[in-house]
This record gives sequence, structure tokens and C-alpha cells, in this order.
Amino acid sequence: MEFIQSIDWMQLLRCFVVGGIICIIGQILIDKTKLTSARILVIFVTTGVILGALGIYKYIIDFAGCGATVPLLGFGANLAKGAITEVQTSGLLGAFIGGVKASAGGIAAAIFFGYIASLIAKPKIKKQ
Amino acid sequence: MKKIETKQEYLDYVDQKSPNSPILKNCFNAFWVGGLICSIGQIIFDFCKYKGFDDTSCSTIVSIILIGLAALLTALNIFNKIGKFAGAGSLVPITGFANSIVSPAIEYKSEGYVMGVGGKMFTVAGPVLVYGISTSIIVGIIATFFV
Repeated sequence: MEFIQSIDWMQLLRCFVVGGIICIIGQILIDKTKLTSARILVIFVTTGVILGALGIYKYIIDFAGCGATVPLLGFGANLAKGAITEVQTSGLLGAFIGGVKASAGGIAAAIFFGYIASLIAKPKIKKQ
Repeated sequence: MKKIETKQEYLDYVDQKSPNSPILKNCFNAFWVGGLICSIGQIIFDFCKYKGFDDTSCSTIVSIILIGLAALLTALNIFNKIGKFAGAGSLVPITGFANSIVSPAIEYKSEGYVMGVGGKMFTVAGPVLVYGISTSIIVGIIATFFV
């Protein structure tokens, strides 16, 4: 397989370590505070938007690839990047279009797959 | 009763782990599961790149595939088990966002397809989108003054 030979293992290692460290930060928030997972997700996305807007997150993405884009911080950074890029082409209108446009694939996929899953899966009755 | 329990299941599924489990072990599990999910994403990304897609398309494809996998694992009730074991390891990556939409969609099916599935789907993901998108709009508005 030509593809397997083309994999950059150092890149994959950086991705693994950075992705893991971001998850450790989340785990510490869970264990040390009594935040619900919803709040933690909100904190991660909002932090990602701010880091993306300040241009800091770009360097983490350059370093770690999907280790930075797959965590929700990356989702937030992508929203910010989309908004800023779109502003450059369409002005103020871009502020409202850009973020969602850049993240549309993920949002639409989550809604669509969620709906499909609800059609095929049966609700679990909790046994607690 | 059932309603509260099922709501807690996805809101607090991490909190429901044994409260006395040591933080170091939790962090270690979160580290390697989270790292693994990101690495799977990286391999998909590299494969898309190998197939000739540009970076933006590759990232979107990675998100869609990981969300699809998380939805499938949630539907099969496997994701909850991973979540109990890995904590933030499966919550913080985009899989956690997917799970937060898919899990209530399935649980609230009994309340009907419009207000149950369609409405409750956003119990956790709604706030994420509200704060994420609102912040990005503020960022965009500020950016217009600097362009």
C-alpha cells in the first residue's frame, strides 16, 4: 500500500500527544470542578473561538494537525477562522456567514446522523 | 422518573463514573483514548490528502466521518461504555459533540419525532452552538474593523 508508506509517523505521534493533552485538560476540569459535560463543551468551543481569533490556535494546528482540529477547541477555532476569512471577502455580512459556513459539514452531519440514529436505535431503559 | 434519569445519562455520563476513581488513572485513560481518536482523524485526513482533497475539505471529511462513527457507536450503546471508561477522552473530541446530539435524539424518541427527537436533540449541543456561533460572530464583527 502506497498510502501506508506515505504516513508521517512523527506527525501522527504529535497528533496523538497533543490530542491526548487537550483531553487531559478536559478530564481535570471534570474531576476537579463539578461542571457538567455541557458546560465543559461550551467552555472548550468558546475558548477555541477566542484562541482561533487571536491567531494562536493556528500554530497548534500546524504542529499537531488533527490532534488540534478534532477536539472541540478546533471546532471553535474553525468557527473563528471562517468568520474572519469571510469578513475579508464580504465585510460585515461575513461575520454572520463565515463561522457557520466553515463548520456546516460537521453541524449538518451531527444533526443528520442523530436523526437517522434515532430512527434505527431503541431508547435504553436505565437500570440503576 | 425515567425522564430525569435519561437526561442525566447524557448530561452527566462522565460524572456517573465511580466518584472515588483516582484522577491520575482518569487522566491516563482520557489521554490515550483522546489521542487515539485524534490519530484516527489524522489517518483519515492523510488518506483524503493522498486522494487529492485540499486541507479544508479533508478537515470537513474527518469531522463528518468521526461524527458518523460516534453516531453509530451511540446507537449501538457502545459509546456510553467508552465514555464511562475514557471520560474527557471521548467527550472533548468532536465525537463528544456528536454523542451529545445523537444520545438525546434516541432517548427522547418516545416523545415523538418533532418535539422529542427534533427538539431534545439540542439539549447539550444547543448551548455549544449558541456560544460557539455567537462568539464567532463577535469575532467577525471585531475583525471588520481591522480588515
